[in-house]
Amino acid sequence: MSDPTTLTDPRRERLGALARRAAIRLGGGLLVLWAVATLTFFALRLMPGDPVLAILGGTTGNPTPEAIEATRREYGLDKPLPVQYVLYLGRLVQGDLGQSYSQHQPVTRVLAEQAGATLELTFAALVLAWLLVLLLTVVTAGRGRLIGGLASLAETLSAALPHFWLGVVLLAVFAFGLRWFPPAGSDSLASLVLPAFSLAIPLAGFIAQVTRESLELTLDQPFILSARSRGLSDLAVRFRHALRHALLPGVSLSGWAIGALISGAVVCEVIFSRKGVGRQLYQAVQLQDLPLVIGITLVVAAAYVLANILVDLLYQWIDPRQQEASA
Amino acid sequence: MSDLILEHSQAPLRRQRRLQWPPLGASLAILFLLALLLAALAPGLFTRIDPLAIVPREAFQAPSWTHWLGTDQSGRDIFARIVHGARQSLLIGVAATLLSMTIAVSLGLLGGLGGARVDRGVGWLLEVLFAFPSLVLALLFVAVFGSGVGPLIIATGLGGAPGYARMVRGQVLAVRNSGYIEAARALGHPTARIVLRQLLPNAMRPLVVTLTMGVGQAIVWASALSFLGLGARPPAPEWGTMLSMGRDFIASAWWLTFFPGLFIVLTTLATTAAGRYLQHRLEGRLP
Repeated sequence: MSDPTTLTDPRRERLGALARRAAIRLGGGLLVLWAVATLTFFALRLMPGDPVLAILGGTTGNPTPEAIEATRREYGLDKPLPVQYVLYLGRLVQGDLGQSYSQHQPVTRVLAEQAGATLELTFAALVLAWLLVLLLTVVTAGRGRLIGGLASLAETLSAALPHFWLGVVLLAVFAFGLRWFPPAGSDSLASLVLPAFSLAIPLAGFIAQVTRESLELTLDQPFILSARSRGLSDLAVRFRHALRHALLPGVSLSGWAIGALISGAVVCEVIFSRKGVGRQLYQAVQLQDLPLVIGITLVVAAAYVLANILVDLLYQWIDPRQQEASA
Repeated sequence: MSDLILEHSQAPLRRQRRLQWPPLGASLAILFLLALLLAALAPGLFTRIDPLAIVPREAFQAPSWTHWLGTDQSGRDIFARIVHGARQSLLIGVAATLLSMTIAVSLGLLGGLGGARVDRGVGWLLEVLFAFPSLVLALLFVAVFGSGVGPLIIATGLGGAPGYARMVRGQVLAVRNSGYIEAARALGHPTARIVLRQLLPNAMRPLVVTLTMGVGQAIVWASALSFLGLGARPPAPEWGTMLSMGRDFIASAWWLTFFPGLFIVLTTLATTAAGRYLQHRLEGRLP
């Protein structure tokens, strides 16, 4: 807490507190990532099957004993587990995620090639979801039972739609039936539309449910009445005054939503044969490509932790009261 | 009126004896869930067609009077497969939710009752588990233990556990300091009894709703894994697996994927509606 007698710029002080909080959260995030790395490393060492055989082409490879021995040494798999773990952490700190068994190139390069497409997809889906939420809730909240009921029915319905089914249905209708969008690929903007919608619609349903509830509570507040009595138009009241107060639950849900989006991205990338980290993870699991599985998991976890920190800071920024409570 | 409701919602567990017919949406939801349960127990009541019978002549038939929801690439009846798949899907959903809950309650109790240091540890563990998106956690699990129904249940259960654990922990912390716990302590009840008879039932009460909705969510997640080919093996009539198999034919035969998915959606909707109704009944709150 600041001393009320000192004269400092409140805006600057607020930024300072925000930065402090960001630093604390980042430190915690690093600890979490270390735990994720450790957990993933040991979990995947429990995996049945010899990783050497996976490197040398799976069960059909039928390599010679010499080749097996050479590969074991090449990937450092002959050393005891704790030594492997320490080596692994050491390389991790240097940003080296190892070699992918199945693609015979550094995991970081695979990630660099694929991450853009996934970021594009999840970002597009998040923006689209919020657009749908704003359209649906700000316009319909507190407009009587019928409209509210219909809108909340639409929200419940869309929240219940699983990504994979929605994706397949959209594919059948808009790609194969109407031929509006390409059924697969990740090169054009048109190919982004269907995957983004199949990720965004269920998410919008979830966020809209909580936003509607808080918006309806907000619209009953006295400051809304005072804004109306000053002669502001209904839409201005809703967008300029009520929205900021009603956004908080939805924003905090967005942190969770990023996890859901990443999970959904795996499915959508598989359905639409899109380039991306999700489909890569799926293939790596099937091919027992340990370094790639670990690498993708770590990057996904890092993205998720970072996104949650950002959401936390955004939360503070929207509602300064939160900051005073936690400082 | 609102004071009355508030008082009721904060009172310890008390049973309502008044029976009331639920509203239309909830009635439909409960009816659907009952039908699903019946299909899981006795699929023969709904269809006499063998879900595994291969009739190559009748492959890819559109929905008709003989095959209500059409047939798949091997001429198997889709309605029969969906009916027979109900058991598998419900089993996976319920078992996974129970597993999630068991982990969540253990962690939540540990965190809520174990003192500040343990609580911080549990909070940290949850944060670590939260850093894995649920499908990634489930994929990792399947990568380690292989695919199949058993791993599918455990993977889905593990994926959902952190979310529930956070809720249980919050509830335990909220309930721990209430008057009736203090009263029970003052009466000299042993801790185990207080935990089992007072703390747990009251902390779990809001979670009954989450649990109901959780079954629907678990079915969706398990279907997603099956859809990715990591769950039940193909000839088995499991909804996610059926969807996954039909994906190769969506350009020509939409019913292969549409109907199994529709049943997944209907199940989620029904559990959500039933959960909201339960919430309304238990908390005396309007949905």
